[in-house]
Order: sequence, then structure tokens, then C-alpha cells
Amino acid sequence: MDSPGIVIGFYMMAGLALGSGTLVFLARNLLHALAFLVISFLSMAGLFLTLSADFIAMAQILIYAGSISVLMVFAVMLTPLASRDNGNTIYVLPGLLAAGGIATFVGFLALDTSWSGPATDFTTTIDLIGNLLLGKYVLAFEIASVLLLFALIGAIMLVQTSSSDQEEGEADD
Amino acid sequence: MSENTRSATPMSRQIAEHHSLLDRTLALPRPILVMLSVLLVGFAMSQIAIGYLVISGQLDGKWYDIRDLGNAMISLDGVIQNSEMDSRIASTLAYLIPTLAGATGIVSIVGGWLLIGPWVERRLIAKFQIRQGPNRTGPFGLLQTLADALKLMQKEIIIPSGADRFLYFVPPVAVFIPAILGWAPIPWSPKMSYADLDVGVLFVIAISSLGVLAVFMAGWASNNHYSLLGAMRTIAMMISYEIPISVSLLAVVLLTGSTKLSEIVLWQSEHGVWLVMLIPFAALAFLFASTAEINRTPNDIGEAESEIVAGFYTEYSGMKAGLFMGVELANAILVGALMSTFFLGGYTMFGLETWIPGYLILATKIGLVYFLFVWIRATLPRFRLDQLMGFAWKFLIPVSIALMFLTAIESSILVRWDVPNFLSLGLIGLVNITSAAGLTFVWLRVLFRDTDLSTPPAPILTREMGGLQAAKVLRG
Amino acid sequence: MTEIYELIFEIGLMHYLIVSGSVFGLGTAIALGKRSAIAVLMGIELMLNGSILALLAFSRFPQNTSSDAGLVDGHVFVVFILSVAAAEAAVALALSVLVYRKRETVDLDRINLMRW
Repeated sequence: MDSPGIVIGFYMMAGLALGSGTLVFLARNLLHALAFLVISFLSMAGLFLTLSADFIAMAQILIYAGSISVLMVFAVMLTPLASRDNGNTIYVLPGLLAAGGIATFVGFLALDTSWSGPATDFTTTIDLIGNLLLGKYVLAFEIASVLLLFALIGAIMLVQTSSSDQEEGEADD
Repeated sequence: MSENTRSATPMSRQIAEHHSLLDRTLALPRPILVMLSVLLVGFAMSQIAIGYLVISGQLDGKWYDIRDLGNAMISLDGVIQNSEMDSRIASTLAYLIPTLAGATGIVSIVGGWLLIGPWVERRLIAKFQIRQGPNRTGPFGLLQTLADALKLMQKEIIIPSGADRFLYFVPPVAVFIPAILGWAPIPWSPKMSYADLDVGVLFVIAISSLGVLAVFMAGWASNNHYSLLGAMRTIAMMISYEIPISVSLLAVVLLTGSTKLSEIVLWQSEHGVWLVMLIPFAALAFLFASTAEINRTPNDIGEAESEIVAGFYTEYSGMKAGLFMGVELANAILVGALMSTFFLGGYTMFGLETWIPGYLILATKIGLVYFLFVWIRATLPRFRLDQLMGFAWKFLIPVSIALMFLTAIESSILVRWDVPNFLSLGLIGLVNITSAAGLTFVWLRVLFRDTDLSTPPAPILTREMGGLQAAKVLRG
Repeated sequence: MTEIYELIFEIGLMHYLIVSGSVFGLGTAIALGKRSAIAVLMGIELMLNGSILALLAFSRFPQNTSSDAGLVDGHVFVVFILSVAAAEAAVALALSVLVYRKRETVDLDRINLMRW
């Protein structure tokens, strides 16, 4: 994978993903952190595109940047008196150490192993994914759809108040 | 300048005395008439010459074959490969030049439409309302858009005091991102689409879900309760109507067997049918849901002037508000292009695309769909928010899903049945139309079985209900 | 010299794994170190994104060509990850709204009824 487009794309997207991820941590306002999170989702989708995973990239934009971010926005809206200053707990230093440890460990592992083999050549993934989802992994597919149905019903049931329909406009993605 | 500024004649007489276009054309001065007829004869002769070239096949694939501008790019690619340049520079150039040309084309289409679109829309709405639109600024009011743009540019930029600086400046630009990105997979000709993605349909749906975040940022950053309320209403409407769009496009993908937009257009051309004839309910659902996505009448409750001042962009002044108003127009032609590509056959026209360039056919279809949008805007009143949400969740989504199941069964039969196209596609169209109509009637009867539609409830004054404490009275 | 050139200008599995590990680490830092429940959820989504990247990278650069796993099994697993992530985000945010109703805060330092 050495064509200049992919190299430039990879470095740009990777830099954007890591930069916006850092800014999610460092932002001083919860909604700024949410905006940076959306940018990181979009840059991850760009990274998936450099890996020729076109279906997953579009699904990432649809689900993560399009729906889960809107869910988080609604959650922030529905908690008006909660603090929105994106502060750190007292466990932030051990958390940072653990995070640094994990990243260093994975990085060391990646650098030290001699990875083999050439890249596979995907032309299009959507046909193959569809065949597998309805072929080899059909049970997991059905269970995932039942899971989504339960999550949908559960989320609606959880936030319903007992008396009347006071809470309309609930996002139930 | 019009002469009837204060006319006392009744409207029917004004209409009867208004000269038709033919009369006004024949009344032009003689030299202009001579020039027009010479141009007409020249145009006819050029069409005959083009017809001869097309039929004799001398034009196919040459770089000057303007029926498909991709031919020029392919010839350029060939020239670059055969030249003596370094291979990396050659490949970079071969990638860069078509990309830049295509991007310039798309931005000029959107930008050009923003220049003449407001004029077209206002004159057309005026025509529907039997009045003249803007006709003072420049000949026929053509400079009206320029005047509006200059007015917006010179306005004072008022930033609300508690506004979130970072989130306030992003939305006017961010709403344009889906409006311009959506043009990428649309095929203008067999070899002319900017990025013919294998997952084009998914790309379209994903891009349309990005506009929601810009609306929210605009409403939140204004530090204004009412802007936030308007933004919440608009967001609720936009995410509710994403589902009928996805289900309709799913029906399209089921029938054509591909998510690639160029293959959808080729399927329609090979089978000699437009998808709007096969799955009419999906086309209508796509059209209506798209007007809700782009916040256009009759679904512009989020930003209508008489309802909530300007909804989520109330606190934006000057060109920022101008960008929000402009993106509605840009989104309108994007939806026109998508509707034409998916349901109206794209750049094909049952064989006419070998004569007239495909992009002109597509431009005509976009114009027709846009005319439909303006027609709907001029005619229908806007829906209330709870009516809109009820319509989406209670009617459009269940009926779309049920008809999509039917389309799935039909598409699997279509693949396996060995009958001429006329019979199988005609049968599918017939079954779809009857089932859509039947399901609509049955479902509406089920939904409204508790209400008496012949006598709608009369509005009750708040004063009679108990004044400002009416909510408490209602709750009992 | 050519080795450094190859390291920088030829993108291989190693580069994607480094990015994946870093994004996962960032997500962990956010999830462990933030006070608001919604911020913790943001960190969890970043962690899931990192693992998705690793899965797709391994699907693109397969390391064991003789197994009976197909070309895109990684992609199928990612589809399930996406659906599970959406479901858990919905339920987690519904729970945080519910907790907010009881205690008027989503501050994880204060929701500590089970601590003593």
C-alpha cells in the first residue's frame, strides 16, 4: 500500500483521529468534547476507507457520527443541571498511566512482530459481507437484530414517566 | 416597469388581457425576430449534423465527444501515460486533473444555482400566485439575488453575548458539507461521475445524516432557549424522516441488485422502465421525506418565519443566515438529482442519450423535480410538528417497510422468472400500485378509526378552557 | 535509509495497529478519568473504534492464509460491534437520564451509594 494517495490519506486521518481524541480529553466543555468526538469518528471512517472497507466506513458515518452522536446530544440536553465542564475525577492519573501502558504495549507489539504477507485485494466488500451475514453468521445476525429490538424497547420503557406522556421527542436509535 | 400598479379591474379581466408568450414574442421588433429565426435554423442544422455523426458512429469515444465529458479525461489520461514523465508525477497528475476538474464542476453547479435559484424560485411562486415576482432590480429582476447577497454581506454581525465561540462559527459552513458532498456519486453520463462508489446508496444516506449535527450546533451555540427549541424540533423531524428515505432506497437496491448509482441507472435503461413506475410509493415516500430532511415547505416548521422567527438560526445575522437560507436551495437540487437518479432514470431517456448529452437530460430532470418542489411549496400549507412526526412514525415507516417486504419478494421472483420484461415488470408495477393504494387506505382507516373525520374538532379558546391554567384543567 | 523510507512511506499492518492502540489508549484515559457519565460513554465509544480499526486492519493484511476464515469475516464482526455499540449507547444514555432524575447529577463521583 504505497500509492501516494493512501499514504497522505493515512497520515492525515491518523493525525486527525489522534489529535481530536486528545482534544476530547482536554476540552473544557462537554459539548466541545462532543464536537471533537464527532471529528474523531469521521477521521476513523477515513482510516477505514484507506483499508478498502467501504461498507464499514459508511456504516461508521451513519451509525456513529449520525446517530450515536445525536443520542449523546439529546442526553446532554435532557440533563440540564448536570455539570458540563468535562472535569476529571481523582482517578485520572492512574487512568492516564493505564492508557499509556496499553498504548505502549500495543505499539511495542506492533513494531516488534514481523508481520507477514501482502495485502488482500478487495474490490467491493458489500456483496461478500451480505453473503456471510445471511450464510455463515445468520444466527448472530438474527440475535443482533433481537438485541437491537430489546435495546429500543428497553430505552423507551426506562425513560417513560409513570403518569402521562410528558417526555415526547425522545431519541430512540 | 409594469403599468398596472393600482388597477381596479377584477382579476379575471387582468388574466384575460395578459398577453401570452407567443403574442409577446411575435410583437418583438423585426431585426430581433430575424436574428431569432436565423439562430433557430442554425440550431436545427447543427442537430442534423450531430445526428449524422452519431448514427455513423464517428463520434464515439473521441476526446471531443461532448456527449460524455469523461472521454476527454480518458484521452488526457492516455496522453499522460504515453508521455515521458516520471511515473509518480504522471500518476499524481492523472489523478489530480480529473479530480480538480470534477470538483470545480460540482462547486460551480451548486454556486451557480445559488446565484439564479432564488430568482427562479421567487418568480415561479409568484406565477403560481398570479402576481409578478421581483421585477425591479435589473431586467426582469435578474439582479435580485445579487442585491440580496450584497444586503446580507453588509449587515452587522451580531454575536449573542453568551454564545459559544467555537460552536457558533462552524454551523453555517457545516450545513453546506452534505449539500456539496452528496453530488459525488451522481452519474451525469456513462463515464462521468465524480466518485462512483460501490456503496453509493449508503454514502447518500450517511451524508444526509450529517446535517443533523450542524443544526444542533447552531441551535445550541446561540444561547437562546427558543433557538434550542427550534433546533430540537428540526432535529427530531430530520432523524425521523431518515428512516423512510433509507427504506425507499432499500427498495430501489432490492430491485436493481446493486448499491452503485451508475448501475441503478443502467438497470433502468436496460429494462426500459423508470423505477417510479415500478415502486411508486417508495418514490413518493422518498420525495416527501426529502422535503422534511431539507426543511422545505410543507415541512419547514423548524424555520418558518411565522412560526418561530427563524428557528435554529434566529441568532445568526448577515451572511451566516444567508448561508442557512442558501443551503435549503442547494439541498433542493441535490434531492432533485438523487430523485432523478434513483427513480426517474438518471441521465438515460430510453435511448435519447446517444443524441443529447446525458448531463443535459439529467439537468432537465433536476429542473422538473425542482419545479415540483416549488409547486408544492406554493400550494400546500405547512404541517404542524406533531402532525409531521405522527405521519412519519405512524404511517410512512410501517407502510414503507411493508411495501419493501413486498418488493423483496417481487425482486426475487424477477430474478428467477424467465419472461419478457414487459410482462414481468408490468405485473410488478401493477401489484405494487394496487397494494400501495390498498394498504394506504386500510392503514389510514385503522389509524383513524376512533376519530370522526367528517366533523373535525372545532378550535377551543384558551379563555374558555381556563386561561393560562388550561394545562392543569386538562390534566384533571 | 531505505528501511526508514519503507517504514514511513509504505503503510503496513504495523501503522494501523499503532493507531489502533493509541486510540484505544485515549479511550481508556477518557473512560477512566472523566467525571461525567456521558464523557465516560464517549471514551467507551473511542475504545470500540480502536478495536474496530484493529479488526479491519487484520482483515486487510491476513496473517494466516490457510485458515478457513474468509476474506471479510473481520468486516462481519465489525457489523456486530457497530450494532452492539449502538444498543449499549442507547441504554447507557437512558440510564444516565434516569439517574439524573433521581439525583440531579450525572457526576460519577457523587453516584456512590454502593461504596460504603
